[in-house]
Formats: sequence, structure tokens, C-alpha cells
Amino acid sequence: MKPGHGEVLIAEGDVERAEDEERLIEEFRRQLDAGQWAAVPTTGSAGRRNAQMVRSFEDIPRDAERVIFFPRAAGGS
Amino acid sequence: MLLALAATTLVALALLSDLIIPRVEEAWSRHRARRKRAPATPYDPGRERRAEQRARMLLRSCVNDEEWAMYRDLGFIRVWGSQADGPEQAGGTGGAPYAYLIYPHRAIVAYLAQTHRLLNEYCVAFPDETRPYGSARLPDSDDVLAKWMALTGDERRLISTANMHLPGRQLDPTKVRRDLWRLTQWERARMRAAGTHSASTGIS
Repeated sequence: MKPGHGEVLIAEGDVERAEDEERLIEEFRRQLDAGQWAAVPTTGSAGRRNAQMVRSFEDIPRDAERVIFFPRAAGGS
Repeated sequence: MLLALAATTLVALALLSDLIIPRVEEAWSRHRARRKRAPATPYDPGRERRAEQRARMLLRSCVNDEEWAMYRDLGFIRVWGSQADGPEQAGGTGGAPYAYLIYPHRAIVAYLAQTHRLLNEYCVAFPDETRPYGSARLPDSDDVLAKWMALTGDERRLISTANMHLPGRQLDPTKVRRDLWRLTQWERARMRAAGTHSASTGIS
């Protein structure tokens, strides 16, 4: 998510391919280092939708279709 | 006589040229600068609207049908709380179910589901300090999605990050209670519609 722009595709690839995975890991770390939070939308039992916050690449389910990065939360006024 | 006058004028002009020429050049530059149009950054009046449309599509792809319809029809999303004793700093709910109302760019409101008693407001923002597009503000639907993901993914973390206030700090409690009433009516209407649909299609 980007202010004034909405959704932006940062990177895509197949984690089963080593070179893709390496690139995705690098981008994932870059986003987190830039202060972003990362979440994976999930569908639980009975169709319940949730999000799983991920703090490392290993936390991402292997079958996840996407990871959404968004600015870190801060206390508002 | 005339020759002497012309010679004097030439000498005077030569002596004053050091003063006059720079001023003339400066005036000419200013004149040209005024006439020259500065290359303006192209303003795209549709950018924010397209950003919001993209954000709505992303939100729709993440939340369930009921939550999407709720946001589309009512302008907010309800998320059920998952802490055993209610959100932090709410004084405990005694195990009563509670939920949050998520509004775009407004505080998150916690309330007791059965009595509609408002518990707290949690003020939270998602500022992008890099401001890549000139604004730190996410589109409305992205703001709602960020809150939804953070609440459903790690409720405790988000609530502890937010600034907690008593109800009424940012949102008028009367309006929030009215929204809760609207939500109740909306849910009843959906249940009636679902019942009618089931009956007409023979689903039991």
C-alpha cells in the first residue's frame, strides 16, 4: 500500500524456484527494514477471513498467494 | 556647437554605460522570466480516485463477503475481539463478547456486542514517512484494510500501539450508537433476504 497510489506490486515469483525465492526474501527484508509491516491474508475454517502478521520470511506460509506490506502503525490523535 | 554637444553626449553615455547596461540587462531578464511559463508538474486529478478504487478492490479480496458488504453499505467494518477479557485498558469485559468498529481514518471503537456499551477509542495511524507520492495518507479503503489486518492478525499489538481514549474523543458516541443500530438493522435485513432466498430455492 502506498499513499496516494494504493496497491503497488513490489515483486512476484515462485518460492519453489531458488532464484525467485532469493529475490523475494531480499525484497521482503528490504520492506521490513524500511519500517513496513507485512501480513498474509488467510481463510480459516468456515470461510472466516483473517490476516497473519509475519515478521520473517519463514513465517510466510509456503502456499501464500501474496504478502501485503503496509506502513507500521503508530498512535494517532 | 552641435559637434561639441554630440561629443559631450557620447562621452556621458560612455561613462554611464557601466551603470546603465547591467540594469537594462536585468530588466530584460525579468521581463523574459515573467513571460516564460514555468514547467508545472502535471497534476492528475484522477490519481486519488484511482488509488481508492484499487484500494477497494484489494480490501474486497481480503475480507469476507459480509465484511465487504458492510463496508460498502455502512462505511465501516466490524471485527470481533479475541481477547478473553476484552481489549487492554478497557477494565475487563468479564468474558462478554466485544468487537471493534473500523472507520477509514478515524479511531477504532471497541464496544460490548450485547449491550452496545462503548468501551474505548483507539487512535491509530499508518503514516508512510517516505511520502513517495506527496502525502502520508493511505487511501480510505487501504486504511481500513491495514486496521483489519493488524486487528485480526495481532490484536494485542495494534491495541497496545494505539493511543487509547475514552469514547467521544474523536467520534461522537451518538453517531457510533446509531451506527451500531444501523448495523443491527442491516444484519436483520440480510438474514431476512437470505431466508427468502433459501425458501425460494428450496435450500434447507
